Amino acid sequence: MSTTDPATLFSTPQSRRAFLKQVGGGIAVVVTFSDPLGLLESATASNVPTDFNAFLRIAPDGGVTCFTGKIEMGQGPITSLVQMMADELEVPYERVDIIMGDTDRCPWDQGTWGSLTTRRFGPLLRTAAAEARQVLVALASERLDVPISRLHVENGVVFDRKNQRMRVTYGELARGKSIARHLKVDPKLKDVSQFRIMGQPKLRRDSLAKVTGQAEYAADIRVPGMLYAKILRPPAHGARLKKADTSRARKVDGVRVVEDGDLIAVLHELPDVAEEALGRIAAEFDEPQVRLSDANIHEHLMRIASNGRITDRGGNLDRGRALAKRAIETTYFDGYVAHAPMETHAALAQIENGKCTVWASTQNPFGAREKVARAIGFSERQVRVITPFVGGGFGGKTGNVQAVEAARLAKAAGLPVQVMRSREEEFFYDTFRPAAVVHIRSGIDGAGRIAFWDYEVLFAGKRGAAHFYDIPHHRTAVRSQAPGERAHLFGTGAWRAPANNTNTFARESQINAMAAAAGADPIAFRLKHLKDPRMIRVLKAAARRFDWKPAPTPSQRGLGVACGIDAGTYVAAIAEVDVDPTTGEVDVKRVLSAQDMGIVINPQGATIQMEGCVTMGLGYALSEEVHFQGGAILDTNFHRYEIPRFSGLPEIETVLVEANDIPPQGGGEPAIVVMGGVIANAIHDATGARPKRMPMTPARVKAAIREA
Amino acid sequence: MAATISFRLNGERVRLKADDSRKLLWVLRTELGQTGTKYGCGRGSCGACVVLVDGEPRRSCMADIGSVRGKEVVTIEGLAKGETLHPVQKAFIEHDALQCGFCTPGMILTAVGLLRSKPRPTRADIVEGMDRNLCRCGAQKRIITAIEAASHELASGKPTT
Repeated sequence: MSTTDPATLFSTPQSRRAFLKQVGGGIAVVVTFSDPLGLLESATASNVPTDFNAFLRIAPDGGVTCFTGKIEMGQGPITSLVQMMADELEVPYERVDIIMGDTDRCPWDQGTWGSLTTRRFGPLLRTAAAEARQVLVALASERLDVPISRLHVENGVVFDRKNQRMRVTYGELARGKSIARHLKVDPKLKDVSQFRIMGQPKLRRDSLAKVTGQAEYAADIRVPGMLYAKILRPPAHGARLKKADTSRARKVDGVRVVEDGDLIAVLHELPDVAEEALGRIAAEFDEPQVRLSDANIHEHLMRIASNGRITDRGGNLDRGRALAKRAIETTYFDGYVAHAPMETHAALAQIENGKCTVWASTQNPFGAREKVARAIGFSERQVRVITPFVGGGFGGKTGNVQAVEAARLAKAAGLPVQVMRSREEEFFYDTFRPAAVVHIRSGIDGAGRIAFWDYEVLFAGKRGAAHFYDIPHHRTAVRSQAPGERAHLFGTGAWRAPANNTNTFARESQINAMAAAAGADPIAFRLKHLKDPRMIRVLKAAARRFDWKPAPTPSQRGLGVACGIDAGTYVAAIAEVDVDPTTGEVDVKRVLSAQDMGIVINPQGATIQMEGCVTMGLGYALSEEVHFQGGAILDTNFHRYEIPRFSGLPEIETVLVEANDIPPQGGGEPAIVVMGGVIANAIHDATGARPKRMPMTPARVKAAIREA
Repeated sequence: MAATISFRLNGERVRLKADDSRKLLWVLRTELGQTGTKYGCGRGSCGACVVLVDGEPRRSCMADIGSVRGKEVVTIEGLAKGETLHPVQKAFIEHDALQCGFCTPGMILTAVGLLRSKPRPTRADIVEGMDRNLCRCGAQKRIITAIEAASHELASGKPTT
């Protein structure tokens, strides 16, 4: 318990004044600049602006507001962060409101990604709440003239344990007070045994708004006088505009054309009229002739890859090779995969009195603020980014290009302007999960143990590349483009559990191939090579719940298994498939996913994220691939780019393995990483054919069966 | 050419001037301020823009505004009766049958239309009836469960809409 004066105010009166004005009266807790707890996520925490906003505010009526730079895109922090705050603060869950992703009101945040909200931001938020509780108890001690040691808090009421009539509410304590408290001590966070609200399954808090159409997304914001923009786009990446004749577009009643350097846009008070007018612009582009396509991309990637770097090694590969009785060398391939959130990128920008307000669908509102400010020559203080509900992100809403376009157009037009991408633009400008190659050489000794493991991944990235099996001689190398080479013709970026989907597909396929070579059951084979107690526990839990009957693979039962680690969480999945050998079609009948994610804040939310991961993961495993010819993207809508549907849905079971001795870990991404591997291994178990390229389309599965 | 078009929207009579060929989606979202109806693909492939026209689910991104003249259009904003949610809305909440919520209005209205034509659907009926609606977050499992629950409530004859 802190013994400092509860009314201690932080050092710079100027920021304190600004901040109290911002939040109104009451009590608020802010984070320190120096971040002594090391809780800020960013490697660039020193760049954090000094005008911090509050983490929470207790209003004179006792209501609590939680402020966070995190955003809600379906993954559920709108519920779990409130659970954390209410529990640590000792207030009813229902009394906590949450403001998310508003750069003028919320503390700086790097962005909502990497399954970091619960595991990295969570402790910070809980610390702020615990600190506020201490401030309130100290104030109550003064008010009631009762020593702190005798005070107890329940449901926002502080009372004397010995005389419960001596009591005061948080609201009463906050009334007439303007206290801003810097977070500088390390208040004790609750142990799991003390949780009242954390650990309880809670339904989403935003459902009512979402089922009644009241939930607002960026493209739903309306301000007086706003215009809708449609922007001239090139036919292919790399194409350069030669000339554009906008005269016919300008003839459309009510149209305004903005030509701002590389940005040519048609504005109108009706979006569909703007779209039609855009079609009247006669534009000519220079299109470079590039012969790269989805058919030859992997050859290209292998040709231009650097030597890379060894990220992990142990033992001596030469010795391992000498020990191996049987070596297996396989090259695995992955294609480009789109994020394809149901909500396309949108932003509305309004400039008034020297301040630019942007409502944007973004995973990083503070990043958007920085980019917008730079683009229109404003200071960051002159830009406010507000994040309404985001209609899916998955790593794809981090570039904020649409926010910059809206701000530039609003500045040029002198009116508020909305930019909302069409589905075709969404696919064209997506930052795809990169096409990648994984090359693995491995071998087993006479006793059926893995003797060596030589792994190199090209272009997917490092996450998930290192294996977690007990292998005496091994090496992991990560390669990207050699200097002066260009890997991709268009944008690539983080896609839900970046790199790990590709790496886990390859690793788990190869592990299974070795199990098959050893004539072993794939779960027994894995357990034989595992030392990490968390992975052993989660794999055994999956096997038990699936009612796994050991048998050497391929068993013709169509059963696959895969393990993975992502964002500190351990996952094991088992799938059952039917494969039609004549068509190559794969029917996924059942998927069981088990995970150890440490302490679980919201078991309901965690379960739903797992179900979402399983469902979304079936897409990249079986059907999702972006086809392209040179810089032209050929799949630009859902009739060609096939994401999972109701009809492909298997029976999905989820298991949360209790692990209360481990702090909360990531939940939004981990369960998706095993989906490629588990389906590949189930296909192999059914057919004896090893799929080596994702997505495992009917044509590829059929070809693999033919070769087997 | 702009013509006068009148129809009923969520129980209220509306009149506006618009080209017959403009799409219902944009008129709803812009002039009529019903932003609960979402744009997802613009070609009828995803179902985010589904509304009810005389009780039937229609993809408003493909429907000419002229085609609803004299008809009854219900958007997600008009599905509840005052504070009383439609059983499908209620079931979506109770079963957490949504994540980002962007496909939700179209999912719910498609399900309402499905239950109108098939009050006691089998699981296969639900899968077939919902298969042209896309959800990227992967809420399909819960959406099926929610529709089953709503069909039970509707079939049990409890007062609804």
